[in-house]
Amino acid sequence: MDCWNIFLVGVGGQGVLVASEMLALGFLRAGYDVKKSEVHGMAQRGGAVSSHLRCGPLVHSPLIAEGEADLLIAFESLEALRWLSFLKKDGILLVNRQEIKPTTVTSGRMQYPEDICGQLSSRHRTVHVVDGLALARAAGNPRSINSALLGAASRFLPVPERIWKRVIREAFPDKVVEVNLRAFALGKKASPLAG
Amino acid sequence: MNSRKAQQLLSGDEAIAYGAYDAGVRIATAYPGTPSTEILETFSQLPDVYAEWCPNEKVAFEVAIGSSLAGARTMVSMKHVGLNVAADPFFTASYVGVGGGLLVVSADDPGMHSSQNEQDNRHYAVAAKIPMLEPSDSQEAYEFARLAVEISETYDTPCLLRITTRVAHSKTVVVRRPPERKGRRPVSGFQKNPPKYVMVPIFARQRHEEVEKRLERLLDYSESTPVNVAERGSRKLGIIASGVAYAYAKEVCPEASFLKIGMSHPLPAAKIRTFARGLAKIVVVEELDPFLEMQIRALGIPVEGKSLFPACGELTPDLVLQGLRRATGSASRRTSSDDRDRRALPPRPPALCPGCPHSATFYTIKKLKLDVMGDIGCYTLSVAPPLETMDACVCMGASIGMAHGMERALRDRTDRRCVAVIGDSTFVHSGITALLNVAYNKGRSTTVIVDNRTTAMTGLQDHPGTGRTLQGDASPAVDFEALGRALGIDSVRTVDPYNLKELEAALQEEIEAPRSSLIIARRPCLLLRKGERPPPRAVDPETCVGCGLCLRIGCPALSGREGGKARIDPLLCNGCPICGQVCKVGAIHEFRNP
Repeated sequence: MDCWNIFLVGVGGQGVLVASEMLALGFLRAGYDVKKSEVHGMAQRGGAVSSHLRCGPLVHSPLIAEGEADLLIAFESLEALRWLSFLKKDGILLVNRQEIKPTTVTSGRMQYPEDICGQLSSRHRTVHVVDGLALARAAGNPRSINSALLGAASRFLPVPERIWKRVIREAFPDKVVEVNLRAFALGKKASPLAG
Repeated sequence: MNSRKAQQLLSGDEAIAYGAYDAGVRIATAYPGTPSTEILETFSQLPDVYAEWCPNEKVAFEVAIGSSLAGARTMVSMKHVGLNVAADPFFTASYVGVGGGLLVVSADDPGMHSSQNEQDNRHYAVAAKIPMLEPSDSQEAYEFARLAVEISETYDTPCLLRITTRVAHSKTVVVRRPPERKGRRPVSGFQKNPPKYVMVPIFARQRHEEVEKRLERLLDYSESTPVNVAERGSRKLGIIASGVAYAYAKEVCPEASFLKIGMSHPLPAAKIRTFARGLAKIVVVEELDPFLEMQIRALGIPVEGKSLFPACGELTPDLVLQGLRRATGSASRRTSSDDRDRRALPPRPPALCPGCPHSATFYTIKKLKLDVMGDIGCYTLSVAPPLETMDACVCMGASIGMAHGMERALRDRTDRRCVAVIGDSTFVHSGITALLNVAYNKGRSTTVIVDNRTTAMTGLQDHPGTGRTLQGDASPAVDFEALGRALGIDSVRTVDPYNLKELEAALQEEIEAPRSSLIIARRPCLLLRKGERPPPRAVDPETCVGCGLCLRIGCPALSGREGGKARIDPLLCNGCPICGQVCKVGAIHEFRNP
């Protein structure tokens, strides 16, 4: 059984922590020991959100050391750039190309970086860009981004699809389960966009 | 026997709630405070319990004492600074002992993820002579909560369970054990015993002697308890650690010998000496203060600790690895140059929600160029750009006292104009006595209660001003206006912060008048809203002159560039009337679909 260090980053309100919870439960059901750590409170206030997820035969630290993440799932482009150094050199970056301007930018004080996907590709070997919002809309609800990204991530992870489907069924109220299962499937099938 | 089905992924907070419950606790009290809030929230959802939000941690602790003396197993929880508020009952509860077991949880915040300091509350256990347990993950949080209740009753003492943010808010695998007893424990009732419970000097002196004897018995327990455990490894390096620091050290240096400290007061001196024998080097891996290190040195055991790990901020696996490498003389890792790159990127700090009534209040206060003695809550975010309208914030309720002190010191001058700004929950917590002081000592300061009808920052908990209990039942709501008058404040008035002109006029008048004033700026928190969102606003680009005035509100829905037109994001806008009033050319109106 390998160890998996997965670092999720994004903006409060995007569903980063729900995605992290689903990943954690998936690995738990697949027989892994799991530890997950995050700082709460940014969901309503638009701040940066990050979640450390560690899975393996026996996990001690709940935090991932810098440069030790196998997979960085970034729900937003600026956050992908901000946390790139957490990835191993041969780690996988899965980034949602959405751009959400922080208040430091909307107030006119700072600039949002240009061509983030280009910067990411020049600094890291394995970059998968997805249009999470388009996938979520195609599934039927723009809020199902987290399930779409889960689907995209699932291609790299040693957890069978039936476990992910079960986790999705349990994570959402009945009336939105189908939308999220569709988003997961679309994310899993999505081919990487040109960086 | 860990059947996979029995495994749950729980946060430390959740695990403590379940552990207390499975130990027979059925009454719990608290005041919200990150990272402890979820302990009471989780506990309150369990069957057949009583849970209450108290106005502050001192009251919560005293309620817990009463419940314990009645023979009921009880839990009180708080964040680290909350124990400062509860310190008075905490210290003497050590003398008084317990009836039913009393579990005290202190959730510290190394790194100050959401606190005004990072004090190390382990010192409290030593100062109050109270036993202390430190879990390193959620399974231990569950087990140690149960153990704390047992220790409390066996040794007749409150027992402190000390966690940190990374234990409170990390989720790890927990398997619960069946409770000792099915169903509800009978509550024994209060046994009269004034020499034990009435701390006049003649009785308190006896109790102190008892406390010292109890410490010796607790030391014996600490020496033999399995929660302090030595793990054999390399003789070259021994690591002593407690709490989450143990987890980081075990992760980066699994080959070392370990002494894992679960009961960190009293420390098992003999066990530590035994562990130290034959080890080439001993390192204490510790976050914040050299609490363990100093006591171990006092035993005459040479150890390294704070020379290797920072006193400020939280520990990370990286910092632990670097420190251990320095201790053993190995090469240190490449230092990351990415830190510089990261700092060049625009930060993404939390901000007041679009349309937050606090934005209106602080925008107006800033216009009047006042010095703001501030307090703790969502409104503390007003210190950030572009509002930058808070000048002091020290602890819960301090705003009112500070403004009064400042007014008294500067009474003969006309150039400084100071105002106290405090939230409704914070005011109930510890502002009332300070406001009483202003009236009683004939102060002239102005206090603004930013009343958004909730305890917002910690997750919208109720308090005595909201008219609802934790369970959502109706209950008398404190009438702030009547309270202000009853305390003796000269001028008490209520305004709607959304009405910028009304708020500005009230502030101007009260600041200038040589009398004590209370202004209640009342408008509910937007997150309380049920039902449809009001239609968003929009900027008419033809009318907008690019003056940038609206951007100074700091609303996340409003964006603009220097000299360029302002723009409102209709997905973020909550349709409030603030920017429409700020705009001097009438460029902001309701959103119309093209």
